Amino acid sequence: MTLGPHLLLALLEGTVGGLVLALTALGLSLVFGVMRIVNVAHGEFFMLGAIVAWYVSTTAGSFLVALLVAPLVVGAVAVTADRLVLRRIGYEPESTIVATIGLLYILQQVVLMTYGPYARPVAAPVYFRIDFPWFGYSGYKLIVAGAAGALLVLTWVALSRTTLGLYMRATQQDREMAQAFAVPVDRVYTTAFAVGAGLTAVAGALIVPVQQAHYLMGLDALLMSFVVVILGGLGSLRGTLVAAFVVGLSDGVVSVLFSPTLAKIVATLLVGLVLAVRGRGLFGEEGA
Amino acid sequence: MSESGHETANVSRRNFLRTGGVLALGASLPGPWTARAAAQGGAGPLRLGFQVHRTGIGAVYGRWYDRTTAAAVKLINEKGGIAGRPVEIVAEDDGTDPKRGAEVVEKFATQHKVDFIFGTLFSHVVIASAPRAGELKIPYIVVSEGYHVASGRLNRYVFQPGITDVRAQVTAVAPWILKNLGNKVTLIFPDYAFGHDHRDFFSRVATGQGGAIRALIPIPPTETAFTKYFPRVPADTDVLYHVMVGPGVLTFVKEMGEHFGTKRPQIFGFVDSLEGVDLASPGLEFLEGTYFWEAFPRYTAAGAPAHVRSYRERVGVNDSGASVNDPKDVSTFSHMFGCWETLFVIKRAVEQSGYKKPGPADYKAFVETLEGFQSFAEGAEHPQGPKKFVGRLHQVFGQQVISKVDKRRFTVVHRTAIEDSMYPPEADYTKQPL
Repeated sequence: MTLGPHLLLALLEGTVGGLVLALTALGLSLVFGVMRIVNVAHGEFFMLGAIVAWYVSTTAGSFLVALLVAPLVVGAVAVTADRLVLRRIGYEPESTIVATIGLLYILQQVVLMTYGPYARPVAAPVYFRIDFPWFGYSGYKLIVAGAAGALLVLTWVALSRTTLGLYMRATQQDREMAQAFAVPVDRVYTTAFAVGAGLTAVAGALIVPVQQAHYLMGLDALLMSFVVVILGGLGSLRGTLVAAFVVGLSDGVVSVLFSPTLAKIVATLLVGLVLAVRGRGLFGEEGA
Repeated sequence: MSESGHETANVSRRNFLRTGGVLALGASLPGPWTARAAAQGGAGPLRLGFQVHRTGIGAVYGRWYDRTTAAAVKLINEKGGIAGRPVEIVAEDDGTDPKRGAEVVEKFATQHKVDFIFGTLFSHVVIASAPRAGELKIPYIVVSEGYHVASGRLNRYVFQPGITDVRAQVTAVAPWILKNLGNKVTLIFPDYAFGHDHRDFFSRVATGQGGAIRALIPIPPTETAFTKYFPRVPADTDVLYHVMVGPGVLTFVKEMGEHFGTKRPQIFGFVDSLEGVDLASPGLEFLEGTYFWEAFPRYTAAGAPAHVRSYRERVGVNDSGASVNDPKDVSTFSHMFGCWETLFVIKRAVEQSGYKKPGPADYKAFVETLEGFQSFAEGAEHPQGPKKFVGRLHQVFGQQVISKVDKRRFTVVHRTAIEDSMYPPEADYTKQPL
């Protein structure tokens, strides 16, 4: 294959990867921004989204229903975890890390015990193959990219235009001041945690027809989300989006043109470099 | 500060007393201890340590290794056990993790005090566990498929009498691939020991017989997306040779289909790329007309012998290689028979060697008896087919099968002879001291 088509494939892979990654990482960034906690179980919400999508689409026979149910179920799991665990330890940063590590293992093992160790596929709701002269590409992947993009815009609008978005931004800026202005901080916390989990669950559900649902799939999602969130600046949603694109595109281009291992090296190096030169990340706030 | 310190002291003293009490009570009760003591004397059950991938990326294989082992043990016990002793399986999860694998071996030998250890599949776990078994001088009988046993890099206590190794499989099928599919081959393989065996031995056998390797494409074992690897397949490739393992296999095959479409080269895969995966899964239409290596045909052919049918029935697998309870639960049919056959080899070696209890003398007799075996006849104990055993390599050899995907099923098109898979031996374990 010559350079032109090679580059086209690289850009396609990069764009799809970047958009899905942005949606996955957005939840982690939101939770950190609003609640100031690091959710290590974030990747498991991604995995749960995929598993629920498999269950629903095989029993109800409709992937679209699965796409709606997955974030609701996972959001409910997140609310339960928030009420039963995080709230009880007062959202204390170190304790929440340990608690969410525990949550990670509980979710993973429960899925292994019930759903099993298999990687199970779901038929894509619309499937067509785009036949370029040099290679073919899955049409569904482009739909995934479009859906992820639309959800990102929707989240952006919700955060900047609705009262809930205003509450979240207020809590993020100054929790005590927000409380003094009658923002129901407790409820905002729970909502942020549920919305964060729900967003990543949608990403997980969208990816099932491409990647299959498997109980260990959350680990990679978690790792890449951390890379993106650290690179973009903890708590900055704009940073998360930009970083997801940088990582996604560089991953696509470097892995197609050179090697996938080199792409991972580049991403990790980028994180190291940003941390060394600009500790708060590309768009991080001062003192964050 | 001092107050909390005081409290800690109190709590720990109370805990100490409680723990002591429980221990004293436990020791006075007849429990596993007494059973074990009986077993140590050569009476009571024969205890087999089963190292199994219950979690981690090997969990699908582990689940079916588990079921096959349970079925074989049930049959053995129904027929009077091994040397008149019932068989008891002590299973431990190795997490498909090399470090944990070595710990499990240690635990079997020192804590559970089992008679033998057997079981696990993934080559990195076996390679990490084998040295510990050698140090502890306990027979470690693997069902792992890699060339690591026959290569001589492990030790005298490690055997593979139930499943053939990658080098033998490749040696047997390479001539057929070159003759029927084409000479210019590109290899896609997982980037660790098992994949490297494919890379090294297929390349060696193929180039020795006039084939050419066009490209070698290693894939990291944790990879989840594969589209980016396919541009590296050279356009003049005649045959794409793929072997993948782990949860990403279905994605791999699907993305290969999306990439090549109808302009695909000939494709030859190892069924490892689809173990535990339903051939009717969405996205696999593309595999129609491609070829696979199998060890044991997943789909029952018309006229299959009675022992194959009864093996399926006992393990709980239907004629399509899936669980009889859940047709979506597809087995790892070309690997798990290895557990079944291994258990019957252990039975034969124990009975012929007069093995009674763990210890240097009995283990010596067991190891030397096993090394003296030469062949296993096809039948209820060896349903996959007849086998030749090479004692100096600690490795078994058998027939290999090439199947074509036809109407979303595997149909056998070629079966090799045992001799086709045999290669000049490089190792001789029998010269190592016990």
